[in-house]
Amino acid sequence: MLKRILSGDMPQSRALGLILLAILIGLAFAPFLFPGTRSLDTAARICVFVALAASYDLLLGYAGIVSFAHTMFFGLGAYGVALASDGMGRSFGALAAGSLAGALAAAALALLVGLFSLRVRAIFFAMITLAVASAVAVLFSQLSGITGGEDGLNYRIPRALTAAARYAEEPFLGMRLTGKVLNYYLVFFGALILFLALLRVVNSPFGRVLQAIRENEFRAEAIGCRVVWHRTAATVISAVSAALAGSLYAIWLRYVGPDTVLSFEIMVDILLMVVIGGMGTMYGAAVGAALFVLAQNYLQALMGAAAEAAAGVPGLPLILDPDRWLLWLGALFILSVYFFPTGVVGRLRGR
Amino acid sequence: MTAAPGHNPTFAARGPAERLAEAAPFLLVPLLAAAGWLAIPQGSSWLTLTVSGLAMGMMIFIMASGLTLIFGLMDVINFGHGAFVSVGAFVGVGALAALDGLTGAPSPALNALALALAAAAAMLATGALGWAFERAIVRPVYGAHLKQILVTMGGLIVIEQLILVIWGPSEIFFSRPEAFKGALTFAGAAIEKYRLVAVGVGLALFLAMRTALRATRIGLIVRAGVENREMVEALGYRLRVVFVGVFVAGSALAGLGGVMWGLYEEVITAHMGGALMVLVFIVVIIGGLGSVEGCFLGALLVGLMQNYVAFLEPKLALISNIGLMVAILMWRPQGMIPVVKAK
Repeated sequence: MLKRILSGDMPQSRALGLILLAILIGLAFAPFLFPGTRSLDTAARICVFVALAASYDLLLGYAGIVSFAHTMFFGLGAYGVALASDGMGRSFGALAAGSLAGALAAAALALLVGLFSLRVRAIFFAMITLAVASAVAVLFSQLSGITGGEDGLNYRIPRALTAAARYAEEPFLGMRLTGKVLNYYLVFFGALILFLALLRVVNSPFGRVLQAIRENEFRAEAIGCRVVWHRTAATVISAVSAALAGSLYAIWLRYVGPDTVLSFEIMVDILLMVVIGGMGTMYGAAVGAALFVLAQNYLQALMGAAAEAAAGVPGLPLILDPDRWLLWLGALFILSVYFFPTGVVGRLRGR
Repeated sequence: MTAAPGHNPTFAARGPAERLAEAAPFLLVPLLAAAGWLAIPQGSSWLTLTVSGLAMGMMIFIMASGLTLIFGLMDVINFGHGAFVSVGAFVGVGALAALDGLTGAPSPALNALALALAAAAAMLATGALGWAFERAIVRPVYGAHLKQILVTMGGLIVIEQLILVIWGPSEIFFSRPEAFKGALTFAGAAIEKYRLVAVGVGLALFLAMRTALRATRIGLIVRAGVENREMVEALGYRLRVVFVGVFVAGSALAGLGGVMWGLYEEVITAHMGGALMVLVFIVVIIGGLGSVEGCFLGALLVGLMQNYVAFLEPKLALISNIGLMVAILMWRPQGMIPVVKAK
């Protein structure tokens, strides 16, 4: 049963299994284990980013393609929900239509970019996606009539998903059973289904072919795998998953803006999650995303404390400033590419 | 048994179509300028836009030329190139601020000297940084594209953050030396002096680079290395040493481009290099990876396109450059002047 759900891709290490179980339980019971708005927000962010990082890992880890347009697809899903809710009023129909439209737009754009650049030379892909993604981000912040420009869009989601809806008079385990909790479970199960679907994809024959292409393109082609077709299909699948993750994020936040869903900083975040967690395993993406979001929320406070403690030493407070946390993560990123190319998960599996 | 066909090779003169195909990339720049002239109603604004487009193109060329040669020679894609642009701008502007005795002087010669010293400081700093970057970050990952992209991207993040540590998180506004302020009026069009300087520097640099690549021994080795690395190495040249030189020179040029861009905008931020990389990558791709001429033409096209479209329809400026890239790649998938790889 478990093996079937995980598509035969078991964690293969007791420590990794325990960590994954801890993440799963922590997220599944987050509203009751960690009551409070901020921690629920963190948990929802982890859910979304687990799905997003997993979809990126399909490209980076399994297909060996570097794309810098992943936030663009994420943003398309988010803006799809926002625009639909804005135009059709608050209803579940608008959420579904927006997610679908966002996913279709992402698929179409991924197909175009993929066919166009993967045909020529794989290395073009990284550069072309970078250019296209930044052009789209600029376009979204300039079309202020439609997208709200830099300010982004605020919109209303169905009342059943907001804190205004009450489902029980008595608090359950210290948490009021409001629509917010329902909304959290929508995000949680949405992300879980996306993650398991991606796990299924990478463990299918299709995923094996992707890995073969990653390892040796010429050989894969000689065996008879259609390299361009597989790469493009991987790009499209990963774009659609990213768009759906974006839709979940938009439903949770009730706000979209260029900085929250389209900016290059998010792209860097995803890259760090996947590489630090471990490329080429879906579990790596999950562990990486959980670690990263927790670090983002709590490491900065720690660094602030450290900076205060080091106030006497010249120079040290500057690099320990909470705003400079990316400096440390960037260094960690470079070191992990060199020394732990398989990331946390690879270490735990003993490879 | 039939006799083998006789061997009589013919050397036909190339037809006009073939000659045109070779010259086509060079004709695109005047063609785009002519199209701009048709689209923009007033001749004077066209002239202003053309000069600023050329100036922008030249500056982008300065930044992109190093990147394209680095790729051509060693198959290394440096996503951290943008960091050198930012570092160059900060060091150069810092040097200008330190030289306020020269920049404030009323003499244009002293102003120009200040500018040259600032550029030299920036190039020295980014050249040294490039040397360290090549040793520490790029060298361990030769031949692995995926890791190269990831690691150089990590380098970009770290250097950007270090700039924020050293120079602080806010943008730095400043003004150019006195002699480079203001505009000349020519045929009713206002042309900023600094843009003419940028065009001059870019053109001089392009010609110098072309001469160095075509007429000197080291240029010959570099060009041969781009075409066939193994053969050059088999002939006994240590291409890796040449490559380090090219990497350092390319980084220094990125720094020079950064100073010039900073002086053009009169504001610098740590993220300016990363943002400029978008245009630099477009230029490198449409020019043909590894080709300096292609890079030059691509930069001019992108600069002109950006300025014309920004005047006609401001929201479409960046999208128009993506359109330009798509159009050129449809026409020539390997870029305008593809580099012949003997592999």
